Amino acid sequence: MRALCWHGAKDVRVEDVPEPRILNPHDAIVRITSTAICGSDLHIYDGYIPSMEAGDILGHEFMGEVVEVGKEVRNLKQGDRVVVPFTISCGRCYYCEHQLHSLCDNTNPNAAMSSKMNGFSTAGLFGYSHLYGGYAGGQAEYARVPFADVGPIKIPEGLEDEQVLFLSDIFPTGYMAAENCNITPGQVVAVWGCGPVGQFAIRSAILLGAEKVIAIDNIPERLALAENGGAVTVSSDEDVHDILKHMTGGRGPDACIDAVGMEAHGSTYDVIKQSVKLETDRPYVLRQAMRICRKGGTLSIPGVYAGYVDKIPFGAAFAKGLTLKMGQTHVQRYLKPLLQLVLDGKIDPTFVITHRVALADAAEAYEMFAERRDGCIKVVLKPHAPPPPRPIIRAAREAGEELTEEEALHGVPRSKRLRRE
Amino acid sequence: MATARKRSERPGVSGNRGKKVVKSCTINKGAAELFQFWRRLQNLPRFTRHLVSVEETGENRSHWIAKSPMGTVSEWDALIVNEHLNELIAWESEPGSEIENAGSVRFREAPGAQGTEVTVSLEYVPPAGKIGSAIAKLYGEEPELTVEDDLLRFKALMETGEIPTTEGEPAGSSRGHGAHRRNT
Repeated sequence: MRALCWHGAKDVRVEDVPEPRILNPHDAIVRITSTAICGSDLHIYDGYIPSMEAGDILGHEFMGEVVEVGKEVRNLKQGDRVVVPFTISCGRCYYCEHQLHSLCDNTNPNAAMSSKMNGFSTAGLFGYSHLYGGYAGGQAEYARVPFADVGPIKIPEGLEDEQVLFLSDIFPTGYMAAENCNITPGQVVAVWGCGPVGQFAIRSAILLGAEKVIAIDNIPERLALAENGGAVTVSSDEDVHDILKHMTGGRGPDACIDAVGMEAHGSTYDVIKQSVKLETDRPYVLRQAMRICRKGGTLSIPGVYAGYVDKIPFGAAFAKGLTLKMGQTHVQRYLKPLLQLVLDGKIDPTFVITHRVALADAAEAYEMFAERRDGCIKVVLKPHAPPPPRPIIRAAREAGEELTEEEALHGVPRSKRLRRE
Repeated sequence: MATARKRSERPGVSGNRGKKVVKSCTINKGAAELFQFWRRLQNLPRFTRHLVSVEETGENRSHWIAKSPMGTVSEWDALIVNEHLNELIAWESEPGSEIENAGSVRFREAPGAQGTEVTVSLEYVPPAGKIGSAIAKLYGEEPELTVEDDLLRFKALMETGEIPTTEGEPAGSSRGHGAHRRNT
């Protein structure tokens, strides 16, 4: 099958790899019909996630059709259409029993390595480094899904892939970020980062009753999308601290959401320290949010951090008695309620999609997304889509020119990629 | 209560020559179930990476075959020296074994209905006259990690009925053609 494999910083390739097979009794194999590139995949693409190995298949937002199940799988059968959570959870340990699925004890094959780094190991994740288990990801034609009775949710008929695909990660992640703010009527929530998770956090905060949501970013199309979602926007190029204080009558936001994470822009100090490996993460947003958050407020962190951060104003957090909430999303907890929101028409998750491309073009899509080119906010990949028309290649063939294998496989010019207007 | 021949209250290798690794975890199952699984010593290779087989050869006696990450095979006979039903199993290698070793596992009820606290203690002595640690011979260069890994594999097996793995999953290769992943 074809799959998007990581080979190093800024080096991902669509390659032929063997098809996955059942390895454990609770496994299922899913034929992937839609999969997406996540903002957190860019941390891997940029080379900042430790314990990646050349050849690792990326991707943790996918859905498709069950084609095979292991002998202990009870809830799923061949032909079921499912969305797969990016967190792999056993359903039987203390954490799963307490709905803390991303903290599952039993799904990380490299638990001892992870525990050496973090004190304790957490759940395995699809396509997200060997510290998170080293599982093959879903930017591929097929994927092996462990504990298939616990994770995947069956999708009722009548819903398109793209209406439910983001239940795999970004919708629950944005929603949990908002829920972690414990929003009460009259509250103001500030969201740093208007990428896909930020967009879902904005809409979720409004669904959960926030009085006002302030969205902070510096990319015009992302700010425009945030405004569509009901947010008031602030450019991160301005004096955010000052503006937020004025916008909240001098109080500061009741809750702050850092939907940016470890590669925030804005501090040369961190860029240099990160580039020479003196610091693994760039916590610019975290610092800003910690300072501006109101006294007794909540700091909710869905943005990914992977290691060590520097110059955190912990004294400010302490003095103001902030509550900090963070972590990988307990996706399984949110699948049913959020699917219901989609069915009830309360939210249409397709709003965030800007690009649809064939899996063959995934490497170019990463580059475009990383550079925020072409208005890119969210890319959906179609692993089994028929090849799109290739007029340039056809013209070349008619002219009798030899095609390289690379051109034959990946020869779709960027300008011809499907693009939603 | 079945109590084996008591050579000592505390299992261990003689003197202070041994290297010791102690690891604990909490398993969301009752002590009786965990004890019974462990007491059938032939189950141990199902979750320990280094054991090839353990065969019960008589009352409280067993024959152990282990393989190191480097591929060297070791064998020895062991004796259960202490046993308290649903609480403790302790074993020692018979005198004169190639790898002198001892181990114990304890099961205690965890507070707050969280299951059972399991503590594994392993002690090894390098064979006389040979250079290099017996622990390395059995467990590779990082015995602490390996023993912890094995204990977590025991936990996963008991809680879920399987051990998580990616061995056999597809991966791309830097040479441009794919391969199934083998765990390192």
